[in-house]
Amino acid sequence: MTMAAYGGLLAASSGTHLGHASAWAVFTTGAVLILAGAFGVILLRNPVHCALMLVVTLFGVAIEFVDESADFLAAVQIIVYAGAIVILFLFVIMFLGVDKREAARPEATRFQKPLAALLGVVTLIEILVLSRVQNWTTGYSGTSANPGGFAGALNGPGENVQKLGQSIYTRYLLPFEMTAALLVIAVVAAVVLSRRQEPVASEMSRAEQEEVVAS
Amino acid sequence: MSVPGAWYLILAAVLFGIGATGLLVRRNVLVMFMCVELMLNAVNLTFVTFARLQNDIGGQVSVFFVLVVAAAEVVVGLAIIVAMFRRRAAATADDIHSLKG
Repeated sequence: MTMAAYGGLLAASSGTHLGHASAWAVFTTGAVLILAGAFGVILLRNPVHCALMLVVTLFGVAIEFVDESADFLAAVQIIVYAGAIVILFLFVIMFLGVDKREAARPEATRFQKPLAALLGVVTLIEILVLSRVQNWTTGYSGTSANPGGFAGALNGPGENVQKLGQSIYTRYLLPFEMTAALLVIAVVAAVVLSRRQEPVASEMSRAEQEEVVAS
Repeated sequence: MSVPGAWYLILAAVLFGIGATGLLVRRNVLVMFMCVELMLNAVNLTFVTFARLQNDIGGQVSVFFVLVVAAAEVVVGLAIIVAMFRRRAAATADDIHSLKG
């Protein structure tokens, strides 16, 4: 096996060269993973198991991203979501201790679960009914007078990450810069929120420090 | 050829419905957060599907920004949960009223 053989394998497996049956196989695999993980998240009792089932769903979504030629987003999905966000969830679960009292405590309202299931089904039916409306399943591509928001072609020559980067750093530069500010604000907010109420040594005057040491 | 886009949209709608149901059913705040992530992922799947259908990279750019906002949201949300847990040593949605000033 040489690099050329790997290259041929990659070329054969990339993009729209998939056969009909294998495209459906990929889609079905991702869909099964997504639905199994999602039901696991809402049905399992232990929050740790919920977090692990969330990883299954995120992996299924990443598979669908690859299937829809969003290669870079599939990688980011795995790295950021499964890697960082779920780890953050698990960290907080471990930090706080697993809360198993959810099942033991009485419900605030007797009809919470049936009502919630009903509302979920209504939401789903609503989305599916709305999908019959024009432009809901095809998307709005604009008219000839008003061409809509076309941010650059997805297909065509060039890598996916190159086109994505060109779009973000030109047309979406201001939103991109604002996300940087948003992340800084989020970090500062997290520090402020999770800070202990007692003042630390560097915030006390000398007299207060001596008082703490003496007590 | 690949799978028609409508199937991806149906899958995303079902995922969104499951997430919405879970958000209403569960009372552990952490699991409610995970259900919000499920709904965000459903929307991401819709964005990517429309990007493919419309041959427009803008859908994928939107997913990129959704990812960033989701990360920021999780950081702040988990900090609130930790603060809540410090005060009450419990993390169910019924205890959130204890956060009022």
